[in-house]
Formats: sequence, C-alpha cells, structure tokens
Amino acid sequence: MKSLAELAAIKEKMQNKVVLREGSSDVRVVVGMATCGIAAGARPVLNAFVEAVNGLELNDKVTVTQTGCIGICQYEPVVEIFEAGKEKVTYVKMTPEKAKEVAEKHLKGGNIIAEYTISNV
Amino acid sequence: MIRAQVLICGGTGCTSSGSGKLITEFESQIEKNGLVDEVKVVRTGCFGLCALGPVVIVYPDGTFYSQVEEKDVKDIVEEHLLKGRVVERLVYNEVAEGTVIEHGNVSLNDTTFYAKQKRVALRNCGVINPESIDEYIAMDGYAALGKCLTEMTPEEVIKVVMDSGLRGRGGGGFPTGLKWSFTAKNQADQKYVVCNADEGDPGAFMDRSVLEGDPHAIVEAMTICGYATGASEGYVYVRAEYPIAVARLQKAIDDAREYGLLGKDIFGSGFDFDLFIRLGAGAFVCGEETALMTSIEGNRGEPRPRPPYPAVKGLFGKPTTENNVETFANIPQILLHGAEFFNSMGTEKSKGTKVFALGGKIHNTGLVEIPMGTTLREIIEDIGGGIPNGKTFKAAQTGGPSGGCLPASMLDIEIDYDNLVAQGAMMGSGGLIVMDEDTCMVDIAKFFLEFTVDESCGKCTPCRIGTKRLYEILEKITKGQGTLQDLDEMEALCNYIKDNSLCGLGQTAPNPVLSTYKRFKDEYIAHVVDKKCPAGVCKDLLSITIVEDKCKGCTLCSRVCPVGAISGTVKNPHVIDQSKCIKCGACIEKCKFGAIIKK
Repeated sequence: MKSLAELAAIKEKMQNKVVLREGSSDVRVVVGMATCGIAAGARPVLNAFVEAVNGLELNDKVTVTQTGCIGICQYEPVVEIFEAGKEKVTYVKMTPEKAKEVAEKHLKGGNIIAEYTISNV
Repeated sequence: MIRAQVLICGGTGCTSSGSGKLITEFESQIEKNGLVDEVKVVRTGCFGLCALGPVVIVYPDGTFYSQVEEKDVKDIVEEHLLKGRVVERLVYNEVAEGTVIEHGNVSLNDTTFYAKQKRVALRNCGVINPESIDEYIAMDGYAALGKCLTEMTPEEVIKVVMDSGLRGRGGGGFPTGLKWSFTAKNQADQKYVVCNADEGDPGAFMDRSVLEGDPHAIVEAMTICGYATGASEGYVYVRAEYPIAVARLQKAIDDAREYGLLGKDIFGSGFDFDLFIRLGAGAFVCGEETALMTSIEGNRGEPRPRPPYPAVKGLFGKPTTENNVETFANIPQILLHGAEFFNSMGTEKSKGTKVFALGGKIHNTGLVEIPMGTTLREIIEDIGGGIPNGKTFKAAQTGGPSGGCLPASMLDIEIDYDNLVAQGAMMGSGGLIVMDEDTCMVDIAKFFLEFTVDESCGKCTPCRIGTKRLYEILEKITKGQGTLQDLDEMEALCNYIKDNSLCGLGQTAPNPVLSTYKRFKDEYIAHVVDKKCPAGVCKDLLSITIVEDKCKGCTLCSRVCPVGAISGTVKNPHVIDQSKCIKCGACIEKCKFGAIIKK
C-alpha cells in the first residue's frame, strides 16, 4: 500500500457489500414474498430492485427487504415503500421493468408513479 | 447481486455450540433453494450474547435469531430468505415478547442487551468477516493509520492519544498516551511494541473476542503505536489456548503484509513496521508485563523488579511499549475521530468505554461494552437481564483473582477505575462475575486463592508460600475448624503478602479475601463461631435431614442415594445416616414433598 488513494479504492469497492449490515436506511422497499407473491413473480421484482438501487448508488439511503403476505393476493407482486415521515406507498402488480422505473423515478427522483399504485386499481 | 446477508457468529462461544455446522447447512440450503446469487453467508466475530449462541443475524432487516440448531436452518432459508417471513420461534425472545414484529424488522439494537451499550473496541465484532481485510477497510479500517503516516507527526499522534484520556484496559489503568511518550523519549537503535493478549483472569474473554472478531484493529493500532514511539517491530503475545484467535490474527498479519500495510515504506511514508505472534503456554503470571517479555525472549516466564520500566529497558533490553488488546482496539477509532470523540464518553477521570465479560448467576452471560460511569445496576439488571430463577443478587466480583467484590449496597456506584479501587475492588481486565444468595463468600475467596496458589510462579517467597498458607487458613474455616484467631492471622497475612510480593500477581492475590472479609464479615464469623455456612455451600458445615412429618415413605430418596445412607421402609418416614452422607444433595432434588432439608 503506497498511497491513501489505493486504500480509498478498496473501501469504495467493498462499501456496497457491507452497507447492508447497517440496516438503518431512511427508505425501505418491502416486497411481499409469500407463496402468492412468489407465484406471481415477486422474486425477479425483488432482484430488480436490489440491482436498480445499487446501480443508482442509493445503497446507503434505501434498504430493499422482503415480507410475508400483505393480504391483497390478487394484486401481487406487491411492493411497499416506507419513508420516514411520509405516508407509505403501495405499488401493485409489479414487474422487473416497473421496478426499475420506480427505482429511478420514485426512489431517486422522489416522484410517485401514481398509475402503478394501489389507489389506481 | 446480493440482497441479503446471513451473519453467523464464529467466535469461540458459538463455535463450541455448533456454529460451524450451521454455516455448512446454510450454504447447502441456500444452494438448494437457488439463492446463491442473492444471499451471502458471512462468518463473523462475537456478537456478545454468548449465552444464547449460536447467534445468527439476517440483514438487511437485522433479524436476530438465537440458539439456532442445524434443523432450524431449513426454516430460516425457506421461510425468511425465500418468503420473507421471520421465523418467530427462533427470534431472541426478549424482542419477540415485547415488540410488534413489523415487516420482519426485529432489530438487534432494540434489545435492552444492546441498547445501553456503546461499541468502540467491539464495533466490528459481529459485523464484519474477520478474515477479510477488504471488509475491515470498508469499515474505515487502516484509514487511521493512513492519516497518522501521511498527515501527522509522531508527537501529534501521542498528543491525540493523551488528550483522549485512554487508560490501560488490562487493569492497571495507566494513561496510554503517557506510556507511549515515555518510550518515544528514549533513544535506541531498536524499539518494540508488545500487545498483551495473555488473558488469564477466569471468566474474562474480551481480548479473545477482539482478536477473533476484529484482528486488523490490533494490527493497525500496533503499527500506529510503532510510528508514534519509533518502534519498527511488534509482538503479540497470545495464549495457545485461543486457537481461533491465533489463526485469525495470523491471517490478518499475512493479509496486511500482502497489501503493504505491514512491511517497508508503509503508505510511501518511509516508515517500516512488522508484526509477529508469540504463543504463551497459559501461565497466569505471563500477563504481568515483565514476565511476558521474559517469556517472549525465550526464558522462563518470571517477573523482574521494576524499575527499570519497559519504556526504558523492555523486550531484549530495548525500549518497549506494552498495551493490552482492548487498549489497542480503541486506538484506530480515537485517531480517526479525534480525542474528543473518545473523551466525551465516560467519567471525569475514566474516559471512553469498557468491555466487560458477564458471567456467573446472570441471564445474559456474554460480552458487553458500556460507557464508563454506567452503574453496576444497569449492567446487571438491564443489560444482563438480572439474576435467573428468582434469586437475589448478593455480590459481583470484578477484576478476577486480583479484584474484589461489590455487595448489593453498591449496585448504584458508577463503574470507573477510581470508584472501583475506592471500594476495594478493581477494574482488572473486565471480568464481572455475578453471585446470588446461594454463593458462599468464604468459598469464593478460597476459589480465587486456589487459582493464585496454582499460578504463583514461585520466584518470591511472600507469594509462593504466603498464598499457600492463606489458602490453608481458608480451608480450615470452610471445614468448620477455624478460630477467631485464624481470622486475625488471615488478615495480617493478607497485608503481608500485598506489601512484600515482587509483582502484581502476589500484590493483588489477597484482594478477594480482604474484600469478602470486609463486606461479608458475618459470613466468616458464622463459619468460625457458629460452624454454619449461611449459603449452604461448605459441605462440612451442612447436614441434610429428613423432616419426619413431611416424609411419605415413597423410598425415592433411598434409591437415588449413591452411598446408601438413607434407610426406611415403604410408607414410613426415612432417616439419613449422617456418618455415611456425602452431602451431594441428590435426595433433595428427587423428593417430591420437600421433606428433605439442608442446613
């Protein structure tokens, strides 16, 4: 190790891998992953969120996690977004493509995509 | 892309309760369920809650599972990792009982065990994979070393350590910055840094946990110390009984060398430093600094008189700085965040945090790190979860065989170096053994003294012979043969050993006797005058009898008695032959009518 820059480069590279363990993000993306959710395709949605959040470098702000059945099985895959001090947003009938869009517009841009939310069905 | 991580404790406690098998099982279940690309298993250091091991934490939600068995792994993988449903029956029950589990969010920091803790020395234990130098770097590892070598002079480094108020965590409480400045002042062709990892107090295991959970912190801190004091070589003296700690530290040293964080011209600063491990054979006296260095030199581990202090003439006759593992573990944090970060915590004369190993009659046995000034009551009742089985607290022993006991009347004292010494106890390395009403204080004093008798190296007479004679007096008392004169002689002998022994081992060996005698004099008197052991521990002072009215003559006791001391016929009260009874208590446990009593 000859310089601080080398150290910083390793830190940068590894950061994503340990940030998960801090678990105190401001925003939580929760994917319903009960049998109904999985059958409707929640796994690819979850993975799409994880990748999109990472790609947009939102790891330190957004936690992507999963939960059991939310109770509205006909609308699965269901994704809920919790943000401190704001009302929760529930997206329904999600797909990996929609997930990517939500990550870009909602998580990064701060604009809720109304047409995908439960209030629209 | 990894979306979840399963952290499994690989410390000594959880390893012995089977965490190794869990790791294999998790890996195979994860593979079976096709989650290999999504979930990662990480073996970490100690989380601290050793009583409930093996401990498993699932991130990002931080769900805290305790006492996980191999057969439970399938459920965690299929339910939690695949379907997102927390396996509630395995969640650490203090959380499960009091909190509403919402979206699997059962965080570790919500438990009272962790809420009152402040982790500085243990901050990476249970968070990172100790065998990965990259994970350590991701948690700001080696940034403090980089800062010291590229931006600070050795004098500035020492000043920060001095201003932080850090004192030696091995027990002595000597200001660390001052110690470093002594070595720095002495000119020599070679100087050394030594890390004392010869943790010997019964019940203390914080040094082991740091080495197992965050070995790079020690490598980084010793290198910083080398830079500050002008040393180019360091030795870690660790006991061979800590195989996991030794292996991880060796891996850390090897990885650091490979990255050029040890060796020549570190960070292009022209500073060279290298580190070596020396294994101790487990002699308690080798925790004493001069004995430790004698042992590293290849000689029999015996202490020598001070002065000269190690800062003047230490290892191989050269100026040496010796610090304990926990002291070093604080160093990178102090240099990274500044002296204020550290001295804003704690009391006026004891800054920062201290790690305690909680043991004995307490719910949450394990490792806790608290700010100095936390009360004994908070440690025992809140963090430790109180005394099990509805028993009452009697005393806590701090400082192991060199320390003293704190009775219930002192539960509200604020823990720091000076308060403990004022109460006749000491910080020691941080062992905290909790005793309940069933503990006999004379017996405890005898237990600790037996340890020092065994561990006395024999070099000086007061310690070699004095502790043995002292032990014999205690033995006489617990057998009911003691006299009041013995008590006076015992006290005089204690003070003689304290005043005349060569090193800390002998000077502190009588402390458990003096402190229990001072706080629980009535128990000593009861043993000597009334020939009774109030706690019901000393066998020679007990008799076990059957209450005639209560005995139904079920014959259970006579069948369980290993020496055939109980006689009687069916449906008639039984009798114990006192000459045969060995007072094992097996009959008391078996009796369904509470007819057998010990007094």
